[in-house]
Amino acid sequence: MRIPPGVSADDFSRANEEFARVVGQEWVFTSDADLDLYRDAYSPYLNEPEERVASGAVAPTTTEEVQQIVRIANKYRIPLYTISTGKNLGYGGSAPAYSGSVVLDLKRMNRIIEVNEANAYALVEPGVSYFDLYRYIQEHRLKVWIDCPDPGWGSVVGNALDRGGGYTSANYRNHFDSHCGMEIVLPDGELLRTGMGAIPNAQTWQQYKSGCGPWIDGIFSQSNYGIVTKMGFWLMPQPEAYLRCTVSVPRYQDLMPLVETLNFLENSRITSGFPDIDSPLLGYPPVGQVQLWNETGPPKMSTDQVRLLKDAKLGYSPQLEAYAVRAGIPYWRLWLSFHGPAEVIDAQWRAAQRHLGRITGARFTVVNQVAVPLDPAKVSDYHEPEFGIPSLRAFSIGARSPWTPTPSKGHMWFSPIIPRTGEAIIEANRVFSEAARDLGMPLFGTFTLPACFWERAFIFILATPVTEDPATNKRYREGFKKLIEVGGQHGWGEYRTAPVFQQTVMDVYSFNNQALQRFHATLKDAIDPNGILSAGRYAIWPKHLRERT
Amino acid sequence: MIRAKAGIPVSVFLLALSATWAPAVALADDLPQQYAAGRLVYDRWCGACHEPGIMHPGTHALMVKYPGGRRATGVITEWTDLPATYVSYMVRHGMSVMPQFRKTEITDAELAALAAYLCRNTKG
Repeated sequence: MRIPPGVSADDFSRANEEFARVVGQEWVFTSDADLDLYRDAYSPYLNEPEERVASGAVAPTTTEEVQQIVRIANKYRIPLYTISTGKNLGYGGSAPAYSGSVVLDLKRMNRIIEVNEANAYALVEPGVSYFDLYRYIQEHRLKVWIDCPDPGWGSVVGNALDRGGGYTSANYRNHFDSHCGMEIVLPDGELLRTGMGAIPNAQTWQQYKSGCGPWIDGIFSQSNYGIVTKMGFWLMPQPEAYLRCTVSVPRYQDLMPLVETLNFLENSRITSGFPDIDSPLLGYPPVGQVQLWNETGPPKMSTDQVRLLKDAKLGYSPQLEAYAVRAGIPYWRLWLSFHGPAEVIDAQWRAAQRHLGRITGARFTVVNQVAVPLDPAKVSDYHEPEFGIPSLRAFSIGARSPWTPTPSKGHMWFSPIIPRTGEAIIEANRVFSEAARDLGMPLFGTFTLPACFWERAFIFILATPVTEDPATNKRYREGFKKLIEVGGQHGWGEYRTAPVFQQTVMDVYSFNNQALQRFHATLKDAIDPNGILSAGRYAIWPKHLRERT
Repeated sequence: MIRAKAGIPVSVFLLALSATWAPAVALADDLPQQYAAGRLVYDRWCGACHEPGIMHPGTHALMVKYPGGRRATGVITEWTDLPATYVSYMVRHGMSVMPQFRKTEITDAELAALAAYLCRNTKG
């Protein structure tokens, strides 16, 4: 039997017996075979001694059971690590941040408590996946959309708590921002409801976010201050129609006004669908169409184009630009999408063209103009999450294909937040491509374009593969940490990261002698004095482990 | 491939914004009842990656891995040489970017039903 660090074998046996009395013996896992199922399938320490593993797992079905487990953990000082569906692949999966913890697996807490069509919200437990919620909405024929990330098996609650993003309308793409109300088991087993939920018999728990007094929901995201057992979300009323268009611009410098105008259009709500930027000239796909490249291969280029790309610096040379103009290949292409009544979105698109038409040589194309819901036979013609339809299609990334003859073992997402300007895109390419080349990291082609999930900033996402070879993984891990530090030197930080990189990332957020991390520690000591809950998550360590490390 | 009555793949029904959505097993009227539980597990956990077509990354990967032979379609629900032990191993260990599945996701009993369904055409 594996034993958590700092716990005696006798105490662990007693704790497991008590866990079993709460959830049933079947749902307490202690054998190596069962615990191996909790390994991070994409661990950057795959098969190495430092891989973070579980000493046990316990799987409750109710909030009351969670409370009892937490009280037992306090009694025996058992380190717990909470997961919801355990599918946070690329960001830690189902393995604990503090190796040897007992995983508190909430997958069986999978109740959809309410989906309200009239005011478009849902209240769900952490084991509910995007597939589950979508299926429920279809079965009940409700006219609301969810907003999901690419992996549809993720937890609606867990993804929001790790501050993930999706692809529908701006109000819903930031999953933490679109939540409304939480129920939380605190580390002492106490039950807390936030926002209007703090009123007994609350009438508006999922309808008004902040209640009165300090709004504390944020501290339960990317943290270890409590176990969220229910969470509300605002849903999008099913739109009448969807319109998708592109704006192509011919020159390198057009990137600057293109981004500036996109910002104006989004911040003014002239467009609110997921925007995307690609470069047909440089061979960089739109984020929402990466799966098509994995399925049908990258676009063909002429030998002239390939040769000119090789000689370009940061995606530019005068010869390359001249070639693009001559061949009619756009340097940059902005994808805009609109949801709503046809007459409204047509007007929005006309306004967008008027603003973007100020860029000399801009060309406009309507790509899709469809009624919603989509024809079921044609769903796979689209990037499903842009219609609130969960999928696993994005797992083509790293999977075997004609273009990836050697599949990966997973990936780690390097994902710093950078300013939403064309200049920042070019600067991030310069900084990270130089660093990646020095570090031997296989991250960069000719040029990288960021993802536009959030309205006010870009995420500069790069996937680093996990391989079967420990020496390669070691080089990538160390390179990954260096890239985080390099980003920090330029004022950029990750928005989210896997446990093995969380300390490095949080060290970048160092204003005033790590005031933020010190405040996190103060909160931890006050809320979880025994340090039983998800030690190390986002570098928040309980006192006894801070002192030891 | 199991098809809905209208001739549309079941997976499309699972994924689509269709007002006529119904559990896939109800549509699979050519499947012996003894495999219904396994088919349900497949629909819930496997189909999103393993239904026919290159838009399903599991299928695409298997098409490339097994070109030309009996497994060339990459569609595991159609294979005739799949041992139950192999299904169990894959579910509990994963492969490439496919992760392993915990018992809170697929119980041992569900896994046995899944293996029975996927191996229904396997001889010997």
